[in-house]
Amino acid sequence: MSKNLVKLAVVGLGKMGLSHFSIANAHPHTDVVACDASGFLLDGIAKYSGRPAFRDFDEMLAKEPLDAMIIATPSRLHAPMVRKALERGIHVFCEKPFCLDWHESEALTELAAERGLISQVGYHYRYVGAFQEMKRIIDAGALGQITHVLAEAYGPVVLRPKGTTWRTDRAEGGGCLYDYAAHPINLLNWYFGEPSGAAGTLLNAIFSTDTDDEVYSTLTWENGPSAHLSVNWSDESYRKMSTKITMTGTNGRLYADRQECQLYLRDASPALSGYSQGWNVRYTTDLTKAVDFYLRGEEYSAQIDDFVAAVLDGGTTVNDFASATATDRTIALMLADRDSMPTRSRAAPLVARKRAWFGR
Amino acid sequence: MTLDRLLFGDNQFFGINHMSEEKARAQAMQFQDTSAIIGVLDAALDEGVRTFMCTTHDRIADICDHMRANPARYQDFRFYPCMPYAHKYANAVTEYGMIGAALHFMPDEGLFKTALRGASSLASKDIEGILKILVDVEMKMFRGLNTPVIFLQNVIVDLILGMDMTEVFTIFHDHVRKKYGAEPGYITMNMPRLYQALTAVGIENPIICSNINKIGFRTCGGLAAYEATLRDGKLRAIAMSIFASGAIPPREAIQWLSTLPNLDGIVFGASSRRNIAATKALVDEYFGVAA
Repeated sequence: MSKNLVKLAVVGLGKMGLSHFSIANAHPHTDVVACDASGFLLDGIAKYSGRPAFRDFDEMLAKEPLDAMIIATPSRLHAPMVRKALERGIHVFCEKPFCLDWHESEALTELAAERGLISQVGYHYRYVGAFQEMKRIIDAGALGQITHVLAEAYGPVVLRPKGTTWRTDRAEGGGCLYDYAAHPINLLNWYFGEPSGAAGTLLNAIFSTDTDDEVYSTLTWENGPSAHLSVNWSDESYRKMSTKITMTGTNGRLYADRQECQLYLRDASPALSGYSQGWNVRYTTDLTKAVDFYLRGEEYSAQIDDFVAAVLDGGTTVNDFASATATDRTIALMLADRDSMPTRSRAAPLVARKRAWFGR
Repeated sequence: MTLDRLLFGDNQFFGINHMSEEKARAQAMQFQDTSAIIGVLDAALDEGVRTFMCTTHDRIADICDHMRANPARYQDFRFYPCMPYAHKYANAVTEYGMIGAALHFMPDEGLFKTALRGASSLASKDIEGILKILVDVEMKMFRGLNTPVIFLQNVIVDLILGMDMTEVFTIFHDHVRKKYGAEPGYITMNMPRLYQALTAVGIENPIICSNINKIGFRTCGGLAAYEATLRDGKLRAIAMSIFASGAIPPREAIQWLSTLPNLDGIVFGASSRRNIAATKALVDEYFGVAA
């Protein structure tokens, strides 16, 4: 790697991959290469942006001396691609969810650590100002003993019984659980660590044939709070995905979504400056750090900026493989709970399908 | 052409509020009925704000129908359409995949769709063809109405900008001019960078709408670079998010805007006649009464 320039591949040019490509390519310290099995947009990229573009992952690995890679392929393909990259000494940013089998997540976390490589997973909510502020408030102990949390995400993705892509197939790592619920789960892991138990987990299909459209669960932490998870991606009353966390403690109540952070304090906390007794509201205009290039929210740019900085300077990222593995294990805990209960579920069974590398 | 100085925005009508989801929902409820939107547009028109800068949201089609049905009342009214309504496409991509989503929004008849479906890899190289068709699909709802400026939304503009596919802007530019006799406009969150890119592909004196506000909220690349571009560049600049979602008091926000060099237009949103009149009065006070 030249001193100030990261040779970076973006693999998989779907919805997230395109956005990553644009943000990474706009970064002043990157030299970006694209890879996607489908010709859709790849030819356009080669023609208009002039960036090298590969249809074959292995060919790209052989030809390009890469420093780092962003992997945004369908989730099922994450593990084998991440492994190949790490084995070649390439730093990896992988889209969420990390791996569908948490054993693989653990093995890859170890491999990255052994090789001394930077690892990151795209849980961008950890870069949203209001959720960062929530973390600061919790860590200051301002809420006293936190007893209960409500973690929610709603949005209008699957609104009718038609259409199938990998995102609507749980065997491929799609569905409401992996696509939506993983985000609030990851925030809970950030705030409280891994839960020790899951109960009453429901994964129901509403319109989908191959996956879940709504996810509910009760998570518990030993000597810590309990949390209700409530997620539905078939809710048209939301214009776009909305994630929100509410928590109650012995000294108050805290709420955050992407726009704002509201805190009610029974007593002001000496460890938390800038907040007084009673209601306190902080808005995104206040809480958000500016980025150099904006595409769809500061958080998407900030996470790539962090990754590139870590690759250039060493150091760690807030969303390393170890932290994403905690989320994969939490998801496994919920799936095991669901399977152990004779509850009525409308979800279809997991059926693995044979697909090509990119599965399109 | 000359841009109107004061443009009326549409975020408040569609549950978009960058400050609070609660407020956004309350506004969505307030404007559930299209007649409530038309009531506010009528108030704007009566206050002398005649240009509506709006997303190509499905519900705008109903407003267009109303305008066509009352030509005398709205003869001076003009739309600045902003396309596409991105969430419509983003959600479709999750549901149908990339190519499926593109197909989903294509007109049902037509050779192009058939070609795309039949030989996707070949046909999909034709970004030019796809872009033109998508513009035409979004413009359908405005037929017979006055659309002197047609904007590309920031999600698309900034996606293309980041990818360095800036020649794609010339496709939009030429199509909007040739087919609609309109001026192309660009909404962005990265104004200085976009200005450079448009200039580099030969698009002169572009209409660029971007956040411009006193606290520098979402002025990416830095407020100083924005001010330098306004001062030294040759562009027609429109300021949006002027109150930074309510973080800046109206008088302070507009007074500050009036100190900027070469600002051509201001877009603002309001839900009541009182607020429209108040903003208009402040703009007249600091910028002088428009001729």
